[in-house]
Amino acid sequence: MPTKSEVLPSFYQDSVVLMQIAGQIRTRPGVRQAAVFMGTPANHALLGDAGLATQESLKARPEDLILTVDAETDAEAASALAAARELLVARRQAVERSGALRPRTLDSALRMLPGANLVAISVPGPYAKAEAMRALKRGRHVFLFSDNVPVQDEVDLKQEAWKRRLLCMGPDCGTAYLNGTGIGFYNVVPKGRIGCVAASGTGLQAVASRLAALGEGLSHGIGVGGRDLSAEVGGTMTLLALEALALDPATDAVVLISKPPHHDVMLRLDAALQRIPKPTVVCCLGATSPGQGRARWVGELDAAADAVVAAVRGQDWSPRPFSDPDDVRRRIGRLRELGPMAASGILGLFTGGTLAHEAHLILKDLLKGVIFNRRSGGEGICHRLLDLGADEYTVGRPHPMIDPQVRIDLIREAGRSPHVGVLLLDLVLGRGAHPNPAAPLVAAIQQARQTAEAGGRRLAAVASVVGTTLDPQGLSAQRTQLRDGGVEILPTNGEAARFAALIVKPDLGLSLLEARR
Amino acid sequence: MTEQKVLFADPLRVINIGLELFAEDLKAAGVEVVHVNWRPPSGANPRLAALLASLEDDE
Repeated sequence: MPTKSEVLPSFYQDSVVLMQIAGQIRTRPGVRQAAVFMGTPANHALLGDAGLATQESLKARPEDLILTVDAETDAEAASALAAARELLVARRQAVERSGALRPRTLDSALRMLPGANLVAISVPGPYAKAEAMRALKRGRHVFLFSDNVPVQDEVDLKQEAWKRRLLCMGPDCGTAYLNGTGIGFYNVVPKGRIGCVAASGTGLQAVASRLAALGEGLSHGIGVGGRDLSAEVGGTMTLLALEALALDPATDAVVLISKPPHHDVMLRLDAALQRIPKPTVVCCLGATSPGQGRARWVGELDAAADAVVAAVRGQDWSPRPFSDPDDVRRRIGRLRELGPMAASGILGLFTGGTLAHEAHLILKDLLKGVIFNRRSGGEGICHRLLDLGADEYTVGRPHPMIDPQVRIDLIREAGRSPHVGVLLLDLVLGRGAHPNPAAPLVAAIQQARQTAEAGGRRLAAVASVVGTTLDPQGLSAQRTQLRDGGVEILPTNGEAARFAALIVKPDLGLSLLEARR
Repeated sequence: MTEQKVLFADPLRVINIGLELFAEDLKAAGVEVVHVNWRPPSGANPRLAALLASLEDDE
């Protein structure tokens, strides 16, 4: 098995470019695996685990670039390495030829754009603090996309930001909207009158997309990172962002999306919510309101969007299990006509962490044996939900919103499983996401179905789509592909989870479908 | 709250450090952006770099 490596000394490229090049090399004849990494300790460990470390690759320093190819023959490996080198050099030359002035430091960049009001940082986690701290000290707000940033670094950065009344959005902040402009991975939504503070990327994306579907838009969407409401970080950026939205004349109503806050933080949060003189909706997934405050607390992401829209329009609103119970009844009836399910386990494969968490909260109230983020274990009939954006699936590879391979492999595996009867899926569109995510998803589902049917089983697929008509992938085109591929599409992630539960446990129908409208 | 008001009221102007994709996307959206040609400091320990940044003078 010829595995060959080459090290390009002091040659840096960002991880998105490297993943694109590795993807191109993997399609070459005879290539089984290809890795294009910087020589950081984490990447060396990864190459070792994948059996791709070589004498040559081990010599690489963090600032050196490693090309490694595993191919059928020596000649194919050598030719693939040469192709990778050419792609990298061509990219560098194209940048040099463009003539654009490319500063090497924040300070020189600030001399070119002295009016900059935000520094967006997406360098590898260990380097993030230095860059973010420097930006804060220069009086600029920070959008910090980098992950794997130690919690103490986050505490230090946010204390500095708090002191200066600056926003430090992140670390691990996937999405933000500032004054109508999206940053990071985001759905294209109109500018509007609703301000949002969110811990996570997909939580904000789901709410923003739902608002757009309801004919509203965002004034600002402030991401704060998943640890902001922890005891260590103390909710500093959530509190600052809420205060800013409360004062912002372009914001008529406020939505807060998060995981349950730490108890001590909850008290401060509740006090801050009381001070917002605008309609306010809170969705802390898995937590309930601490008291009788002014803010309205809801249990699901889409409910947060629905409730805030009703509030700004002065309409009544109450949560419902399904927006169109008659349609759900018809669709469940059609599925039942196909005969009984041989397997009754749900496998939830999510690219959005918040969507996975939300589905878990819904299903564990409806079904027994629901397990979250564990690939193995669980006795008898069990329902398994996996967040494929979690670190264990993304080390050294793109997020599953960009690269569908991890989910494809798991869907194919589900086709062979005697336990899985329903696939529960999300599809996240928007800037930064895969250009046509429905296509590989449908292909994998069809393949898994053929395998299941050959074994005398049926495999149902249920999905919801986070996206807008303005997204580059086209919301209706993506939905059509899914529908034509035999996927049941529900309007929200919560409805999709409940629909999956109805398939495997029909007697839930009474409580879910007959609920008062 | 002056700073947030400035950020919220003014057009976004961004310095991008890291993934060039974000700079390209912001440019396409009509945002003024300068991309920093960042690379890991040669031989430097990231902890030391963070400490030095913390000790730098304010603007």
